Amino acid sequence: MVKSRRDAALAWLVGSVPYAAFLGIRFDRRGDELTAHLPFDEALIGNPILPALHGGATAAFLETAAIIELSWASLWAQMEAGQIDISALTPGQWPVLPKTIDFTVDYLRTGLPRDAYARARVTRSGRRYASVQVEAWQDNRDKPFAMALVHLLMPEPPLP
Amino acid sequence: MTDHPDPATLPDPSLLKAARQFIQALPHARALGMDVLAIGAGRATVSMAYDPRFVGDPATGVLHGGAVSALMDTASGAAVMCHPEAPGGTATLDLRIDYMRPATPGQRITARAECHHITRSVAFVRVTACDDDETRPVAMGNGAFTLERART
Repeated sequence: MVKSRRDAALAWLVGSVPYAAFLGIRFDRRGDELTAHLPFDEALIGNPILPALHGGATAAFLETAAIIELSWASLWAQMEAGQIDISALTPGQWPVLPKTIDFTVDYLRTGLPRDAYARARVTRSGRRYASVQVEAWQDNRDKPFAMALVHLLMPEPPLP
Repeated sequence: MTDHPDPATLPDPSLLKAARQFIQALPHARALGMDVLAIGAGRATVSMAYDPRFVGDPATGVLHGGAVSALMDTASGAAVMCHPEAPGGTATLDLRIDYMRPATPGQRITARAECHHITRSVAFVRVTACDDDETRPVAMGNGAFTLERART
């Protein structure tokens, strides 16, 4: 019961980002912990000779992981406090998402033509601004292939 | 920038054609419908049409930052590759993008990148992204790129 309600909340949040669906990004949940998952697709390739993932696809994956993590943290808090009922939402009712102020990505290794994973950590979440760090890896969790630092503007009215 | 136009910055139709073919051969650039509008002497202009699939926030219809950064990254890489001193291929080391305002829904985004400095091993790029209102950029970025020399 609790699990399906939380899964529905996550699906609603992730489903609100068309570009995440375009790239095929999914999220796995263990309690409140999220792992972003980018299944490999030919359309994500930027260098067909190597081949390697496009830096833009990697950047979008990291930015999406940061936005969803930050939104999920406040959605989770609202759910736990009984302030939001996902089953009562009407179609077309979407969460108010934070806006990216700036985004810095560090490409550490070539993105290989296979699945990628990412985890984001909210390092600061204030009333107006938030700072989120994201790390993406492929085969080996200890060898990230890209990292990002994202500053975001918190949504005006809290979710939703 | 200068009173005397550098002949290398004048449009070169064969270079533009080659750059278009090169970008078209990158699956992710093709998936986003990117097109090269101008290229030469360390500068590149790459454009992308608005598409509802590229939206980041359905409440506003504003493009996802990731789609804009993919365009800016591609334009930056193209600017490095067409720099007269660049040896060939390149890869992004890092890129910082400031999102100054939401892109107007429905409008095309155009990224203009300039490789303003190059060393033996690194190229530095500035890039700006605009929608129809070119007086107010949507995003600006700075990046460092690798220079990949042919292995001997």
